[in-house]
Amino acid sequence: MTASRLQHSLMATAVLALAATVTWLSFTQEPADAFLFPRLISVVFLSLALWNFARAMFGMARVGEGISADLVKKILPGLFVAIVFVFFAAKSLGFYVSSTITFLLIHTLYDPTSPYELKGWLRRIVTTAVFMSVIYALFSLLLKVQTPRGMFF
Amino acid sequence: MEFLQYFGGVFEPIALLLLVGGTIGGLILGATPGLSPTMAVALLIPFTFHLSPTHGLILLGAAYTSTVAGGAVSAILLKIPGAPANIATALDGNAMARNGDGTRALQLSFLASGVGGIIGVLLLIFLTPVLAQWALAFGPSHLFWLAILGVTVIGSLDSRSFVKGLLSGCIGLWISMIGYDDVQGAERFIFSDALTGGVSIIPALIGLFAIPQVMEMFSKGREAAAIEQVRVSNYPISRSMVELFQSWRALSIGTVLGSIVGLIPGVGGQIAGLVAYDQTRKMSPHKAKFGTGHSEGVIAAESANNAMVGPSLVPLLTLSIPGSPTAAVLLGGLLIHGIFPGSDLFDNHPQVAWTFINSMLLGQVLMVIFGIYTAVWAARIAQVPPSVMASAVLILAIFGSYSVQLSMGDVYIMLVLGVGMFFLERFGFSAAPLVLGLILGPIAEANFIQGNLIANAQNGPLEYFCTGTLNIFLIVLVVASIAYSFWSNMLENRSAAAARKKQELAQ
Repeated sequence: MTASRLQHSLMATAVLALAATVTWLSFTQEPADAFLFPRLISVVFLSLALWNFARAMFGMARVGEGISADLVKKILPGLFVAIVFVFFAAKSLGFYVSSTITFLLIHTLYDPTSPYELKGWLRRIVTTAVFMSVIYALFSLLLKVQTPRGMFF
Repeated sequence: MEFLQYFGGVFEPIALLLLVGGTIGGLILGATPGLSPTMAVALLIPFTFHLSPTHGLILLGAAYTSTVAGGAVSAILLKIPGAPANIATALDGNAMARNGDGTRALQLSFLASGVGGIIGVLLLIFLTPVLAQWALAFGPSHLFWLAILGVTVIGSLDSRSFVKGLLSGCIGLWISMIGYDDVQGAERFIFSDALTGGVSIIPALIGLFAIPQVMEMFSKGREAAAIEQVRVSNYPISRSMVELFQSWRALSIGTVLGSIVGLIPGVGGQIAGLVAYDQTRKMSPHKAKFGTGHSEGVIAAESANNAMVGPSLVPLLTLSIPGSPTAAVLLGGLLIHGIFPGSDLFDNHPQVAWTFINSMLLGQVLMVIFGIYTAVWAARIAQVPPSVMASAVLILAIFGSYSVQLSMGDVYIMLVLGVGMFFLERFGFSAAPLVLGLILGPIAEANFIQGNLIANAQNGPLEYFCTGTLNIFLIVLVVASIAYSFWSNMLENRSAAAARKKQELAQ
């Protein structure tokens, strides 16, 4: 399956907007010497982005599967858990506690076993405990990495 | 024969332990469908940060070597290539396993990988110092063009669309410029506090290679993976060894083609395996047997994709141009230790360079031994459910990004870049040129500025950057790589359009 013309056009517009912003900033910011290389690259970037945009508009961009509603439905729960962990839970709950919850949640969300099966929960909890013990041993004991502690640890 | 002086370093207890650990870990990761060798090496980079440069590179080299070979295990036993480099192996390997010759196929694949790999590393040993000496003649303008060549070669050859490949390279170059400018200290493109220190290579590498794969696993939803592993029985290794050398034609074609493909930046193992398989089939008197479980198919494909590993490091270690996406990650691993490829590496850090290269030679032998005896076990581990794999890779990616500078900012950058890359990949953009732009950007900029200063004192930038034999040669290579990619893209589009027209007419 390949992405629709509309989807390609939207992505090409986003890339063009990024290239235009980079070019505009490169040519308007000071000191000029610091932006010499960015100016050179941004001109190439903008030219390629325009070419890509034209190809998408004329329906010539055909590479890529694009995004479907089904894909969004499937990735959204996992992505949501990852974002909550990284941007909110890691600092407030503590790195290890929030990692454990994240691992268990994602494992449960994408495990083909029914969430109503007790055996499945036991397997998931054991897997999480084993994996997090390895991570703790590796990062905390071996590499001595100090992680944000938050409410717990 | 300078490399012989540094063999002792490989046998130090820590180095040996890392080599064995990297080899076994790489075999398991390589055998796991959905985990690419590039991602495996990217996830290991944070650990190397806590090691000496030599030990860090030994670990990365061992993982690189064995992930490529490990991919054959799942290709043979599960019919799922562990990496694109093992696609050709699955064609005959799985048929052999289904015919009851699974152990024979595994043994032949590891033995062929070992022979191909050793010859590839020997090429690396003998070609690298020569090219590194040649690189001494390079001035800032040449180094600038080389960095641009690195981005354009990978951008145009390693992508499904060459415009998007080059655009990915430009995005990488732009990301490399975020932060404070090195010469003037001016702020550039800092839109958030997390970007004040610029984008560090390690979180970027992890995000760009690991997070899209995690999201790809998410995209499968709650599907149960219906993988059927073929059962294997014992087979004497001595017979496989005899068979390997009786199949000298397949072994030679695979090794020679793999080595040549490896030397060409951006082409990669997938092409090496498929080209060697195809050429061996064409030259074999048993053409009809290919695809039905013929051992020559496995030998050609595996000797080729491992022979590619050593030579793919030649342009990387001498000219900073990685031969494959995994080599690009290795370049990141070198740079975080403040080591620059080229004459600097061999003149100022010979211990690091030669111990690393020697470890790859020993790694090939270890890969054969561990591969043969742990293959079936690795295939079982490789069947870990995607839900566990996705959670594990995500947590490892987060801990790995955080551990380098103990900064949550790095974790934010890793996640944002990774999610962005997933969506870009859905539209034909590619991570490898973006990473190359990110890694080679500072090298290109530093040489551009230095060259510009020299040019202003002479006859101006145009003459300095665009004249002279070497400059013109490099510019021609940049243009040729883009032109070749444009031409092959056009041919592909034409044949796709013809196929569509044919289909429409048939309907």
